[in-house]
Amino acid sequence: MQQKRNLSQEYTNRVLLNGTLQTPKWWAPTVAGLGFVVLIGVIIIATMINRGLGLTGLSRPVYWGLFITTFVFWVGISHAGIMISAILRLTQAEWRRPVTRAAELLTVCSLFTALVFPLIHAGRPWRIAYWILPYDISRGIYPNIRSPLIMDPVAISTYLTGSTLFLYIALLPDLGVLRDRTTGWKNAFYTLLALGWKGNPRQWQMQTIGGILLSALMLPIFVSVHSIVSWDFAVASAVEGWHSTIFAPYFVIGAVHSGVSAVVTMMALMRWLWKWDDFIRPEHFDALARLLIVVATGWLACTFLELIFALYGQDAPEIALREMQIFQWPWNLLFIIFMVTGYIIPVPVWCVKKFRNNIAIMFWTSILVNVGMWLERFLIIVPGLARRTPFVFTWEAYRPSPVEWAIMIWSFAWVSLLMLLFSRFFPLVPLFEQKESQVFTDDIQIGRAKVPAIVREVE
Amino acid sequence: MSISMIGLFQEATPAADAMDGLKNAGFELGSFDVLTGTPYPEGAFGEHVPQHRLFRFPAFGAIIGFTLSLFLTAATQIAYPLVTGGKPILSIFAMLIIMYELTMLAGVISTVIGIIFESRLPNLKMGAYDRRITEGWIGVVINLDDESRADDAEKVLNYAGAVEIKKA
Repeated sequence: MQQKRNLSQEYTNRVLLNGTLQTPKWWAPTVAGLGFVVLIGVIIIATMINRGLGLTGLSRPVYWGLFITTFVFWVGISHAGIMISAILRLTQAEWRRPVTRAAELLTVCSLFTALVFPLIHAGRPWRIAYWILPYDISRGIYPNIRSPLIMDPVAISTYLTGSTLFLYIALLPDLGVLRDRTTGWKNAFYTLLALGWKGNPRQWQMQTIGGILLSALMLPIFVSVHSIVSWDFAVASAVEGWHSTIFAPYFVIGAVHSGVSAVVTMMALMRWLWKWDDFIRPEHFDALARLLIVVATGWLACTFLELIFALYGQDAPEIALREMQIFQWPWNLLFIIFMVTGYIIPVPVWCVKKFRNNIAIMFWTSILVNVGMWLERFLIIVPGLARRTPFVFTWEAYRPSPVEWAIMIWSFAWVSLLMLLFSRFFPLVPLFEQKESQVFTDDIQIGRAKVPAIVREVE
Repeated sequence: MSISMIGLFQEATPAADAMDGLKNAGFELGSFDVLTGTPYPEGAFGEHVPQHRLFRFPAFGAIIGFTLSLFLTAATQIAYPLVTGGKPILSIFAMLIIMYELTMLAGVISTVIGIIFESRLPNLKMGAYDRRITEGWIGVVINLDDESRADDAEKVLNYAGAVEIKKA
């Protein structure tokens, strides 16, 4: 059965701008609550910077813990935007339309948050300037470009800049809609941002071609970013479990798995909170779940390949590490939770059409995936450092301190707050994409069936 | 005195008729345009398809990004020549990674500049416009250098079935 809704442009504007032109009742209390958590988080971060990293559980040999785990997690989530927006735009997938803006926004907010973690993890964030900026200090020391710790900020800054510009360019037509529906300072604000958008064929042509061009440019960046993040670990040849050749594709596909799941979570929340049932429909969740089955299975293959690579080398420390990760308490419990939540529960559920079309089930399974994916990053980073090795003169077990947990919780509140603030000023679903879908779709008669047909332009 | 006029239509076909009418009435191709709240298939209004040079922008940006990143990565290594394992000072593979990222960054920034430039934005003078365009109405805009042909344009728009005509 083909699904299609005939929605007027006036209705599309009215419904999709219901959180922008009016303030939903739940919005202010939610923002206040999140703002409070963010404020507490900022105070804790400031205290940690003032007092030092001794407030964390980090100590030799585990010098990368919850902060770096959460950093990798948010970089992973950021891969949702380009995966959804660029790939689906390039392939002209019709179901991308309500998803793209939220996915791009998630990319920007999560990358922005991810950047905070290496900064605070350094203990004295201002010293990062010596580390990454090529300027002549008194000793004549310049950044070491051979280090992935230089490549990483370069790649993430490129991705963040590109994603932000991508988001803004796709917002231009909708800013024109908002300019036409506001007065006072809001009108001045949208007039400034819309740059005088009118909607002539030249501008629409640039939106279409520019969108495809930017998608094509952003895709290689998206692949490179998490590859470079994986090299932060993979080039550390002294740490078992890190120096694996499969790390780059493994990280990329893991990022897509967690990122697309996060988009599902967000889509469900958008449908429930803003009542966008006509725009975010079960068929969109169905399509995302099908995509996730493929991605999750590819990711599972990489997970096992990583283990097989480790075992096949017959390297005793490597085998000892895998034994620790999978069989020793408490890592074994984390490993089980990671596998069960990352694959064993969600994927069989997504294989059933009835569940794929059930938005509550999709919401909870997508949450499960991200619990699993956070644990995956933790299990990659911490055990490799925590395993007791010969000739180590200090050794302590790693227990994340309340400060680390609080800063991790802060990051979730911060991303949610940024997205809610965005939703108050800009539409989370691209209006013009929805309207274009209506213009480019028509019913045609095939035999006795009337089916929706979609017009596709050849570039 | 220049004048800008807009005819508003509720359907695409009469708007396309108005565009044809203006063409047949001898108005210059660049002097009239169609405004819509959503992209329409190319040529739906028989409009003049503008030529663009968008593809030159990313290429130009990428060349600049590549050159700057080559200088940056080479210069930092030469400025602080750290010999590692007896290998050459310039580490080509490490340089390639940073050069790749900065080339792409410059490519993306120049593409965005290209999109804005080729869209003829920022456009400070809106001219004749109506907010109903973003509600699905279609506007046919005519920009005239003086009022001498304003009546002709209005007649064409009325004949095609314009629901409303506004001047600015």
